[in-house]
Amino acid sequence: MNNQDQKDSRRDFLKKTTAMAALTISSPVLVKAGQHDEKIASFFEKMDLKIEVNGVAHQLSVEPRVTLLDLLREQLHLTGTKKGCDHGQCGACTVHVDGKRINSCLSLAVMNDGKKVTTIEGIADGDNLHPMQEAFINHDGFQCGYCTPGQIMSAIACVQEGHANSREEIQEFMSGNICRCGAYPHIVDAVMEVKKGGKSS
Amino acid sequence: MINFEYSRTSSVKAALDVLAKNPGASFIAGGTNLVDLMKKGVATPQRLVDINNLPLKQISIDAKGLTIGALALNSDVAENEKVKKNYPLLVQAINAGASAQLRNMATIGGNIMQRTRCTYFYDTTLPCNKRKPGSGCGALKGYNRMHAIFGASDKCIAVQPSDMSVALAALDATVMVSSSKGERKIPFTDFHRLPGDIPEKDNNLQPGELITAIHVPVNSFNKNHYLKIRDRASYAFALVSVAVALKVNGNIIQSARLAMGGVAHKPWRLKQAEEMLTGSAIHDLSFAKLTDNIMQDAKTYEHNAFKIKLGKAAIAEAINKALQ
Repeated sequence: MNNQDQKDSRRDFLKKTTAMAALTISSPVLVKAGQHDEKIASFFEKMDLKIEVNGVAHQLSVEPRVTLLDLLREQLHLTGTKKGCDHGQCGACTVHVDGKRINSCLSLAVMNDGKKVTTIEGIADGDNLHPMQEAFINHDGFQCGYCTPGQIMSAIACVQEGHANSREEIQEFMSGNICRCGAYPHIVDAVMEVKKGGKSS
Repeated sequence: MINFEYSRTSSVKAALDVLAKNPGASFIAGGTNLVDLMKKGVATPQRLVDINNLPLKQISIDAKGLTIGALALNSDVAENEKVKKNYPLLVQAINAGASAQLRNMATIGGNIMQRTRCTYFYDTTLPCNKRKPGSGCGALKGYNRMHAIFGASDKCIAVQPSDMSVALAALDATVMVSSSKGERKIPFTDFHRLPGDIPEKDNNLQPGELITAIHVPVNSFNKNHYLKIRDRASYAFALVSVAVALKVNGNIIQSARLAMGGVAHKPWRLKQAEEMLTGSAIHDLSFAKLTDNIMQDAKTYEHNAFKIKLGKAAIAEAINKALQ
């Protein structure tokens, strides 16, 4: 307890002093570097971030070390996107950025300025589930469900990319999404169904 | 993650200026390796210079060959119809690496800048000369199943995991680099380096340099294959991999390129084996002689001796697949 207090106070102290130093040393946001404008954020300094998530425009302020995943979950409270390994190995954090599937845990939020993000919360049309969501239900494409948001976001992209032409191709192009319950054959069934139905968008 | 300064630039010159003024800075593009290393506390750059807005995303083909901007995504290269048609080995190698999500993030320049590494490099509680020079090599007498069989030193036996780099080494690519001093070209096989006494250096890029593009010369290889052997069917580092490009006319191999991955601190080009293949009839290949010759310089450790037998079989299989 005592130890923790000390840690906290040291961290607070560092945070305050560094933030003050940052304010005095460099003027935030815009600094001339060479002949070109350079956007800059110092230690503990937050940076402006414009980002559209599921069709909603957000004006946010984030520390550079915040990942897109943590921004979605902690600041925007969109907790459908899951944190599994947090190292790009499991795919639970998969979202679409400008239409492409990525691991949101390995992308710094500030690197997504001006981009359009789609998460699992953004794919249904009101009460009508996305065809991929329906297919996952119809084929029991999950057990515990933790990997499912990432699987579904990855599966939608897999079909859109044109990489769902056979079971083998789906297995290869879905390999970035790990399912600890082992629902893989059912997940492939679901992707096959959506691909056949042409209901990918 | 330890905090850092962050800046974003939109021109090569501005990026180079920032780096010159901040020696502790790192460029960041896709971030798939760097952000991971920063979370682990293995990489602790004082500043990140985000180069994603630099105009280096082009993919173009002309009479001299293929030029890929350093910021072109791995997936954009692999999905490019002209690249698929003219450089199938490169496309196969890119698609053998990482996952679909990571290939949508990782850039071409970032791919070749990913660290040569092993589990001891990632574990900050264990010794690693690459992470902490002078601390020792945990892998040398540790669990070294994934490690090098060629060109290692007693300081480091890690392997470079980039599949794409194996194909680029085979295809005689060139890395285009800019710095405040101007531009220079690095032959791909000289880009990565062997560990020697400075295992903390993965490549021959100098401080203050930025990769701007990779050039792959035009070629006439009509038989190509990238074979990757790993512990699971997809999304794992290679135990060994083989890149083969052959120009076959009738039954005769007129020209050959051969390189291995997962066996050294850098992509391992096999020039002597290429000479042995050149002029051979495709129905009369002596794989035993060829692969014995390749593996005669191999040095194994406690857990990776299997790579010799596996490597020999993989070379034969890759050549046979290319010829099919």
